[in-house]
Amino acid sequence: MTEVASALCLVMILLVPLAALGLALMNTGLGRSRSAAHTMLTALCMVATAALAYFVCGFSWQGVAGHAARVFTVNGKPWSWTGAEPPFFGGLPLDGSAPSLVALLQMLSAGLAALIPLGAGTDRWRLGPACASSALMAAFIYPLFAHWAWGGGWLAQLGSYYGMGRGYLDAGGAGCIHVTGGLAALSIAWILGPRRGKYAASGMAAAIPGHHTVFVLASCFLVWLGWCGLNSSGAMLFAGVAPGTLVLVAVNTTLSGGMSALAAAVTTRARFGRPDASLCANGWVGGLVASSAGCAFMSPAVAALTGLLAGALVTLSVEWIDVYLGVDDPGGAVSVHAIAGVWGLLALGLFGRVPASQWLAQLVGVATLVGFVLPLVYGANWLLNRFLPQRVSAEGEWQGMDLYELGAGAYPEFATHREDFMQR
Amino acid sequence: MRIAGFLLLLAGWGIVLSAAALLKPTGARGAFALAGVGVEVMGLVLVIRSHMTPKGDRP
Repeated sequence: MTEVASALCLVMILLVPLAALGLALMNTGLGRSRSAAHTMLTALCMVATAALAYFVCGFSWQGVAGHAARVFTVNGKPWSWTGAEPPFFGGLPLDGSAPSLVALLQMLSAGLAALIPLGAGTDRWRLGPACASSALMAAFIYPLFAHWAWGGGWLAQLGSYYGMGRGYLDAGGAGCIHVTGGLAALSIAWILGPRRGKYAASGMAAAIPGHHTVFVLASCFLVWLGWCGLNSSGAMLFAGVAPGTLVLVAVNTTLSGGMSALAAAVTTRARFGRPDASLCANGWVGGLVASSAGCAFMSPAVAALTGLLAGALVTLSVEWIDVYLGVDDPGGAVSVHAIAGVWGLLALGLFGRVPASQWLAQLVGVATLVGFVLPLVYGANWLLNRFLPQRVSAEGEWQGMDLYELGAGAYPEFATHREDFMQR
Repeated sequence: MRIAGFLLLLAGWGIVLSAAALLKPTGARGAFALAGVGVEVMGLVLVIRSHMTPKGDRP
């Protein structure tokens, strides 16, 4: 990598925290006002914990393609399962070389993956256990799959050893970051259970609207910038694209997100008579997620089509998950990250500029996420919940997470209504 | 039902892995991989159903 390419890549990586800020703002806006400060603080602490955990041992597990790895042989072919780097970034020159840029991007990406479940746990997930869950994600779960996909692991080798296209491809992290985070969100929503009052005894789901639509919509712009950085830096480091191709990456990212938001607007207008602001925001992010896998391997028209379908898919699945499956996911994290991410991975295999057999490598990747990562992330959070209960007490939920865990609200000038504190 | 669902998820993944590692690149490999995904879908349905709170028990 030339010095100019390294500098460009570093600038792109430094845009990634904007995606984390956008997701945090969106989750805050979609939650209740009495938990707003708590949600933002939890997001900050989760990203900080993830960065630390990734520094301590995450990078050691993940490794870098071409570096030392733990390998065993199946049917005469090597399968690389984990990286074998020293902990604490030991021996890694932080000098702008490709491995150092990988380490920096992955530290931020691990934080992003760890942050995604907060969307599903808003209004009831305690701060301490949320940070512990974030540490588990960044130290063990995320690096494992990221090694397989990005660290020269067995998924990346499916092409060279088993003739499956170019091996599992995921330039911007649709699988590594978003599906992993989305499946963690599903696990957290299951483990925490729904918010009080979300479902009536008859089974009817009540709508609990977010408290700040402006936060939610403004965060879309931040997320868009962050995604351009994430997809561009990932494409350079993990797909080996030249700096000139970053224009295509940015065009595809923008088209996919934009078409997805428009599809969400049309879908919600058709279903409810008017476009729904929060679902349009979910659609926008879902389109960006769907663009991540194939941002460097799709024509703009295909990226727009991918986003179009992602928008409809996200909008319909948010309602389906909420109403029919009884999963209380205030931020729509499962639909936006897991479902749109899976669609993006498959869309790359089916419609991208890749060999015909690429679909099978993408299918193996999706099967690994659903068949291995979901049980792993659920098991880890279930175990954590046995030792450190993740859900706040009923009293805390009535009072609001801000007052109960932080001692002060996000909007102290607002009047607090007595009935908020009454037992129901 | 929950444990059975998670076991089916892992079993489906095992089928997909076996298809990738042991079969030659023919149509049978794709078919086995799709069958593994089918097993995963069954496991996912079981896990989802096991987490659905019965009506009347909701907080």
